Formats: sequence, C-alpha cells, structure tokens
Amino acid sequence: MPINYYIFLSIALFAIGIVGVLTRRNAIIIFMCIELMLNAVNLLLVAFSKMHHLKAAMTDITTKAGTDGQLFVFFIMVVAAAEVSVGLAIIVMMYRNIHSVDVNFLNRLKH
Amino acid sequence: MKNVLQIVYLIPLLPLIGFLINGLGRKRLSKSIISIVGCGTILASFILSIWVFLQVKNGNTHVASYFDFISVGSLKIPFAFQIDQLSSLFLLIITGVGFLIHVYSTSYMHEEKTEHFGRYFSFLNLFVFSMLLLVMGANYVIMFIGWEGVGLCSYLLIGYWFKNTEYNKAANKAFIMNRIGDLGFLIAIFWLFAKTGTVTYGEVFTGVGKLNGSDITIITLLLFVGAAGKSAQIPLYTWLPDAMAGPTPVSALIHAATMVTAGIYMVARSNVLYSLSELSMNVVAVVGLATAILAATIALKQNDIKKVLAYSTVSQLGYMFLALGVGAYSAGVFHVMTHAFFKALLFLAAGSVIHAMSGEQDIRNMGGLSKKIRITYITFLIGCIAIAGIPPFSGFFSKDAILLATYEKSPVLYGIALFGALLTAFYMFRLLFITFSGGFRGTEEQKHHVHESPKPMTIVLIVLAGLSIIGGLVGIPEIFLKGGDKISEFLSPVIAQHGEHTVSHSTEYMLMALSTGLVVAAIIFAWIKFRNYQRSEAMSFGKVLENKWYVDELYEKIIVKPINWLGSFLNKTFERDIIDWLVNGVGRVVNYGSRQLRLLQSGQVGSYVLLMVLSMVIIFVIQFFLRK
Amino acid sequence: MGVTQILFWFLSVVALFSALMMITSKNPVHSVLWLIATFFAISGHYILLNAQFLAIVNIIVYAGAIMVLFLFVIMFINFNKETEPRKNRWLKMIGAIAGGCLLLVLVAALKDSDIKNQAAQVKEGNIGLIQYLGKELFSTYVVPFEISSVLFLSAMVGAVVVGKKE
Repeated sequence: MPINYYIFLSIALFAIGIVGVLTRRNAIIIFMCIELMLNAVNLLLVAFSKMHHLKAAMTDITTKAGTDGQLFVFFIMVVAAAEVSVGLAIIVMMYRNIHSVDVNFLNRLKH
Repeated sequence: MKNVLQIVYLIPLLPLIGFLINGLGRKRLSKSIISIVGCGTILASFILSIWVFLQVKNGNTHVASYFDFISVGSLKIPFAFQIDQLSSLFLLIITGVGFLIHVYSTSYMHEEKTEHFGRYFSFLNLFVFSMLLLVMGANYVIMFIGWEGVGLCSYLLIGYWFKNTEYNKAANKAFIMNRIGDLGFLIAIFWLFAKTGTVTYGEVFTGVGKLNGSDITIITLLLFVGAAGKSAQIPLYTWLPDAMAGPTPVSALIHAATMVTAGIYMVARSNVLYSLSELSMNVVAVVGLATAILAATIALKQNDIKKVLAYSTVSQLGYMFLALGVGAYSAGVFHVMTHAFFKALLFLAAGSVIHAMSGEQDIRNMGGLSKKIRITYITFLIGCIAIAGIPPFSGFFSKDAILLATYEKSPVLYGIALFGALLTAFYMFRLLFITFSGGFRGTEEQKHHVHESPKPMTIVLIVLAGLSIIGGLVGIPEIFLKGGDKISEFLSPVIAQHGEHTVSHSTEYMLMALSTGLVVAAIIFAWIKFRNYQRSEAMSFGKVLENKWYVDELYEKIIVKPINWLGSFLNKTFERDIIDWLVNGVGRVVNYGSRQLRLLQSGQVGSYVLLMVLSMVIIFVIQFFLRK
Repeated sequence: MGVTQILFWFLSVVALFSALMMITSKNPVHSVLWLIATFFAISGHYILLNAQFLAIVNIIVYAGAIMVLFLFVIMFINFNKETEPRKNRWLKMIGAIAGGCLLLVLVAALKDSDIKNQAAQVKEGNIGLIQYLGKELFSTYVVPFEISSVLFLSAMVGAVVVGKKE
C-alpha cells in the first residue's frame, strides 16, 4: 500500500482525537481521545516500519530493518497502560472531590 | 632652514600656560605669584609680538603650519597661524593693551579673595589666548575657535561676580546674543567651504573667482551677522552696555579694546570678499553709521559712568564699520588701534574714579573730583580729547580718515557721521564735566574717602594717555606729511589700497577744519551746560534717550515674549497634551491590552488546548508554507 | 482492486467512523464501545501490515485491559446517564474548526512530501512476528524493557496513592 494512505489515515484519526479533546467536557472522554491519538501515532509508526523494511529488503532479503519501529510501538503501549492507570486514578479522585468529571470546573490553574 | 616665524606658536601658548597655572593653582598660589604669572606671560607674548612686528615690517608674510586640525575626506583644515601685517598689528594691540590692563588689574582687583583673584587672572589669560588664536588663525575655523573662546571668556568675566543675579543675566544676555551672531558666522564658513572647498584665507582669496556674485554677497552678509554680534552692531548691540556688569578692567580689555574689535578684524581680513560685493559694503556702512548715531544719542542721557563709555564703544565700533563699509579698511583698522588706546584709557580712568568713590558708578553722585584725583582727571581729559577728535590727539587722525573716506563715498553719509562725531564730543565732555567739575554731590562718607588710586593703576593710565596722544602719528594724512600715512602703507600687503584721494586738498582742509570747529563748539556747549550740573529729571525726549530708545523693551516685546509664549505653549499644550498623551497612551494601551490578554488565563484546560492547537497550526503553516 | 485494498479501505472506514461516533456519542459507555471498535480496526491494519504481535498486544492491552478499566471507572462513578452539561456551542464549533485546520494543514503539507512514492510492505515480511520481535526485545532492548517494569511499579504505587480515600 502507498505510505501516503497510512499517513492520511493517521492524521485523520489524530485530528478526530484533537477535535474530541476540544469539544468534549467529560474528562473520561477526553482521556479516551488521547488514547485514540496515541493509537493513530502507533499505526503510523508500524506503517513506517514496514516501509523501511521494504526498502531495506530490496538489497538484503534477510534484513531486520524496521524492527525498532515496532518495538517502539510496544513501549508506547507499555507507557500508555501505565498512564491510563494513573490518569484514571486521578479522575476517580477528582470525582470524589468535586462530584463531577467536567473539566470546566478544573480552573484552579487560574490561581 | 625653517622660517624663524615658525615659533609664533609661543605667543598664544604663553597665555594658555598662564591660564593653566592660575586656573589650577588658584587655591594654593599667593596673589603676588598669580599677578606675576598673569602679567608675565602676557608681557612675554608682547615682546614676541614686537619681534614679529619687526619681522613683518618689510612686507614679509608667513603661514606657520603645525598639524592637521581636521582631515576628513576633502575637508582639510590645518592648524596654522597667519603672520602678516594685519595680524601683527592686532597682536601688538592685544598683548600691549592686555599687558597694561593686567598690570592695572593686579591693583584694582586686590580686594578680592585669593581664590577669586586667581580665577580672574586665569580667565583674563584664557581670553588673551583665545583672542590671539582669533587673530592668528590662518583659516576661518581657527578664527572661529578663538571667536568662541573670547565669547566664553566674555561670559565668564561678565558674570565674574556670580553671586549677583543681575550680573548673571547680563552674562547670559551677552552669551546668547553673541551666539546669534556666531550662527551667521558658522553658516558663512559652511557656505564658503561648500562653494570653494577650503576655508584657508590664502586659498579663499586667491580662488575667489570660483564664487559668483550672489554667493559672495550671502557669505559676506553672514560674516557680517557674526561681526555684528561680536562687535555689538544693530540689532545685536544691547548686550554690550549690560556687559559692564563685569569688573572695569574687563570692560576695558574685552568690551572696549580687543574682543569687540574682532568683528572689525574679521571684515578687514575678508576685505577681498567684501570688495566684490557692493551690497554687503553698503549694508556694513549703513548699519555701522546707524549704530554709531543710535548709540551716541543714547549715551547723551546715561548716568552710569560705565554705561556712557559702553555706548560710546558701540558708537565708535559703528564708525569702524562705516570705515570698512566705504572701503577704507586701513582707516577702520587704524581706528581700532587708536580706539583701543583711548577707550582702554577711559575705562581704566573710570575704574579709577569708581575705585576712588568706593564702587559708586552713578555720575550724578560725583562731581568736583578734578582736584582730588588729579592724575585720573588729567588722563581722563586726554582720553576725552582723543575720542572727540581734536588734533593732534590720536582720535583725530583715525576719525578724520574715516570721515574723509565717507565724504568721498557720499556727502550725505558724511553729514550724518559728522553729526555723530559732534554727539561723541558732547556726551564725552558731559561725562567729564559732570564727574569732575562743579561741587561734590555724593555722601559725606564718600567725600571723605575719595583718594587717588595706587601706583600700578596711575602708571598704566599715564602710559595709555601717552599712547592716546601720540598713537595717531602713525597715520598722518598725506596732505600734512608726504608718506605720513604709515599705517596704510604697512597694511598694504594685506589690505587692498584705497587708492588716491579724489577730493582736492582744499576740500580736505575744509572738512578737517569743519569737524574740528564743530567738535570744539560741542565741547564748549557741554561746558556751559554741565559745568555746574544739578540733578534734574529728564524731559520727554530725554527720557526716551535715557531709556535707550526702549530698545530693550522692544526686544522684550517682539522677541523674548513670543519665545517665552512659544515655550510655555510647547510646555503646556504640546508637552502635556501631545507628548504626555502619547507616553501615557502607550502605558494605557499596554494596560488595556494586558487586561484583555489576562482573560486568556482562564484556568480552563480546554481553552489552553485550543490555543495550543491553533499555535501548532500556525507553526505548521509557517514551517511548511511560508518559509519557502 | 485486490483483497488487500478492499480490506484496507474497509478497515479505514471502520476506524474513522468509529472514532467519529466515539467523540459524538452522548453516553460515555457508547463512547467506550466505539473506541473499542476503532482499536479493533487499527488491529486489523496491524494484521494487514503483518505486524501480528502488535495486533494481538493492541487487542489484549488496549481493547481488553485499558478499555475495561475505562468501563470500570465509568460504572464505578455511576456515570451512565447523560450528565455532561451542554458545552458552549461556539466553543464546540471553534474546537472543530481548529482540529479541521490542523488536519488540512498537515495533509496539505505532507501531500507532496518526498516519501509519497514509497510503499509500506503488506501481507508479508516477517519482522512483525513475535519470533523476531522477541529476540530483539530481549537482546538489544532488554534494559528499556526491564526499566518499563519499574515504570509499571511506580504507576501502580501512584494509582494507589492517588486513588485511595483520604
């Protein structure tokens, strides 16, 4: 597949994630949008890894080029999992304190 | 071998050294050391000047170049001294009269504290240095340096008693009025440089063909503006009478004998240019004559002994300009010389009178002094005779030369000038009679105190009186003595000859007899009128004269008031409403803008993210589309 | 159009549609479900790119563990009703426009990039297989892998500290 298609698909998913962050007020949904953006990037990384591999394989059939990209995606998933656990804990605590998950109530940054 | 005249730099250098010693050591040196340094340096310069005079007597001239003062692009101004007949004559006058006045000052200023005594002599030496620079400079720029230097010294010395506000105002007035003239001079220099590419006298005068008629007229008129400022001509003359606030020897040296003649020197030096412009010559002559008459009429009714002499100075300067304007340059320079003698004498004698009267300057409070201060009286009388122009005193010869030249040019101007000469004789003898004859009108205390001045002062007076008597003998008219007009002959290498007199001998005799007769008549009239002067209020017209034609008031109205008004307008309206508005407006805009921008800091994460995204968009746009 | 292309377009449409539904649905639980659908579509893309290990990890970790965690939190705070207040309509519109602008700018910028003629290898190539990735992970990347366990530990401690009652 032409790499352009993957680039545009990733950009579209990423932009949808951004629009979600900008338009929604529910902290959980915003969090999910962030996950969507992470996945868009992951998809692109894998596509690039395969592109790189194809190019390298033209000269050397046994090449391992491109492995790095996929391992990077793996680590992103690791970090994302850790992030989600902490983030959800924060959301729970926020709900416990202000009985809402509306980010508009979170304007303490002003002070 | 280098020209021996190369060492002339010592002439201005010595007073400069004297200035530095006295100025820096004024708190440590004793009065006698200050006096010796102050007078000694001038005396040494005077001796050198005599030597220089002897060198150039045979028609030698020399330009002593030392270094490049300014060298930028095509502008090359060497630091050079012009040694010729004209400058050597001025050197003699400046250092000679300057030395006498220094000697006189040692006694006159003896009451001052040592520190101020030192300050006085350092300023006086600085003045002599600047004046020497002015006359010795080989180009207009060096002349201008000296020109500004003497202006500064004049300011410093008028305001010598700086604790008196009036004196400071007088000093400011002198300085500012001179500045107006200096601007003209400066523009003239620029113009000259722009047109000829040089400011050195020799090159300007030989390359005068490069200039067209209107350029010459403009340059000479601008130079005359400078001369009018420095030499107190209409309309810039009002500073000179006020300059009498300074110590009397200063008035004698700066405001009578030397500095005020700088304008004459400049015009005489530029005579090649002036001769090419009929209009400028006429302007110079008319302004000179008008000043002479105006100042003489004012002098008729003044009651301050120094003010009378000051107006007399203005009037005599007017005569000098008249002489220059009618083309009799050597007569003008001749008058500078004789005037330096007798006006210095008159001022110093007046100083002696003031000294005797314990600082009193109002002649209405004097009278009958002739018996008590004999030497002062006699010398003052000699000065009056000399300025009135009675043969064979010095003033007669120089004034006669001017009048004769004026007659050749225009009998009308001659008539007016003769009238001015009558006025001169009249007010000078009025001053003499009111001061020295009749009964004493001052207080008893003053009467008891009146005494003759100490030796250094009287000796100087006697020397100057001698010079006033014989000083005219260097310019005896041709009709009396063939080859008697030594001064014109001496100056001929520098100043274009006036040419043979066109009037017949009989006319010339008649004119002399007429002027002498009228002057004598004026003196007799003054004697009748003021022999026994009694205090009286001035009449209607007399009042106008006493108030100096209200010129100061007129200037106040038409110049000072509008400028003040403009100043306060700029201050109140322009400054407050526009400048302040702008400045405050900047502050207000920032204030308002920050108040609006503060709304961005809402604490809402959503808006922060929104802005972040927009910024990303902008950065991408710049990165990908605009940077190409 | 071969099977690969059909699959690509199908998975792309599913991913985009599910993502859009995720951000537009009112109910958070629906959003979670739509997001899971998106993740499945992305996993499909991984399989298409023959990155099988990542496809499985994506489904297990993301679509499984993480989304279950989301659902669990939503249930936990009893949030299944439409409690979200109406957001300012203008702000929504501005947000959408800003996102659209970003999309446009990026597409316009990358449309003519140098790599547009290159292609990604699909259906073949064995670097995505667990055999190769595992060898690489436990040889070259063994230190980051071990460190990531520390990250998990600290994240766990953090979650407990943040989440426990005062």
